[in-house]
Amino acid sequence: MTRRSLLAVLGLLLAKPLSVLAAWNEQAFGAKTTADALKGIGASAPSPSKDIVIDAPQIAENGAVVPIEISSSIPGTSAIAVVIEKNPFPLAGRFEFKEGALPFVKLNVKMGETSDVRVVAFAGGKQFSATREIKVTIGGCGG
Amino acid sequence: MRFGFFLCAILSCAPALAQDTKKEIQKYQQMIADGSPVELFELEGEALWKKAQGPNNVSLEKCDLGQGAGVLKGAYARLPRYFKDADRVMDLETRLLHCMTTLQGRSREEATKRVFGNENQPSEMEYLSAWVASQSRGVKLAAGTSHPKEKEAFALGRALFFHRAGAWDMSCASCHGEDNKRIRMQDLPVLYKPQAARPIMATWPAYRVSNSQFKTMQWRINDCYRQMRYPEPKFASDATIALNTFLTVTAAGEPYRGPGTKR
Amino acid sequence: MAGPMKMRATLAGGGTAAAHTDVRVLMTHPMTTAQSGQALHFIQNITVKQNGKTVIEAEISQAVSRNPVFSFRLKGGAKGDKIEVSWLDNKGETNKIETAVA
Repeated sequence: MTRRSLLAVLGLLLAKPLSVLAAWNEQAFGAKTTADALKGIGASAPSPSKDIVIDAPQIAENGAVVPIEISSSIPGTSAIAVVIEKNPFPLAGRFEFKEGALPFVKLNVKMGETSDVRVVAFAGGKQFSATREIKVTIGGCGG
Repeated sequence: MRFGFFLCAILSCAPALAQDTKKEIQKYQQMIADGSPVELFELEGEALWKKAQGPNNVSLEKCDLGQGAGVLKGAYARLPRYFKDADRVMDLETRLLHCMTTLQGRSREEATKRVFGNENQPSEMEYLSAWVASQSRGVKLAAGTSHPKEKEAFALGRALFFHRAGAWDMSCASCHGEDNKRIRMQDLPVLYKPQAARPIMATWPAYRVSNSQFKTMQWRINDCYRQMRYPEPKFASDATIALNTFLTVTAAGEPYRGPGTKR
Repeated sequence: MAGPMKMRATLAGGGTAAAHTDVRVLMTHPMTTAQSGQALHFIQNITVKQNGKTVIEAEISQAVSRNPVFSFRLKGGAKGDKIEVSWLDNKGETNKIETAVA
């Protein structure tokens, strides 16, 4: 075994224990399709809801930073997940709101191309979702 | 006339964006600015401003950016301007370099070794520019126009703006000199017109989300020249300062609201 | 060595039942993706605490933009409340910041 591959194996072995310090849904985040991502977070068939508001520009000048502001007025919303359907790994994040937090988040995401952005809200043991298309363009000379 | 079409072909010129497209893009720009990493660069810049460096082991806190030694409020908005101690019109980065060499005793070579950074490691100039510029928020742009050398710089800047040269025989005006043009999805501002120059000059230096880098005016001018296939301009050269002067004077009166966040 | 963070926490809607605390936090982090050809390096977990109590726990992916900026809202709140935001990335690196509500 070369030194480099030995180091790589050691690196993998060392990396493992650290990842159990905080829960991170590897299966859901590693999903390559929206269906698998939704399954991974336990929301395979969310009901459409108008009480999830996705405030985002219809057009993003650049896919590296796409601002999205999300809020849910569904009573008892305990978590919100963001799924970018056309991204190589659609699940972008899952936010759990405990007692004391409002079901609201604004974040910047990367979008590889124009895509539907699906927001899933978890409330009272049920799942709801809303979708919004965001067009990704390129501006300028690349400078 | 034919040459104009040829140029358009190179630039992929197209008519300016439709109104509702423009509005959505404005919303994008507003949302990324409200919640931008720019403040992180200002923080780092403040720390660098106060850091003792160089053979003289002093900070930049006594640097005179035109409003008095150590006076930061409104200093950026009033640059470029003539400085008697250097007998030269200077923009922000040129003046920072001046303070690095005279106050801190650093060599020009060392201080300019890495003026433009990258996303993993921004440069000292970039951090400092963010900090100094942030201290001019709300102050109206008022680059110097009364001193003979300031008038000279403006005239030179204007001449350079319209002067075609380089491998592609282009000038700034090739892209920024005609109404209703865009490059891909970005409208091209006609920079010799105050109405267009004002919002631009009020938001540089800026964080570029497309490459996660904080960019300054010296960089912006440098990169425009690169895109036009000119030889690379020298950092803090008379030409770059002149162009910066021309643009800032054209934008005079606009309240500065940077550092900005741009695509 | 984690880069700087910045946070601002302010009261909103003053004095009414709808009052809440706005929290905006900036993080320095490359958030590099598998696509870039570089080693995967991104924040995975974020925790928000209000006066020592965990109020938000988030798991995020490398799809979040470089140098992440988040806005959150907390119920009620008062001036001087201690807000803490911490993060943990896939390499085990962490950082945190604490601010008092203004």
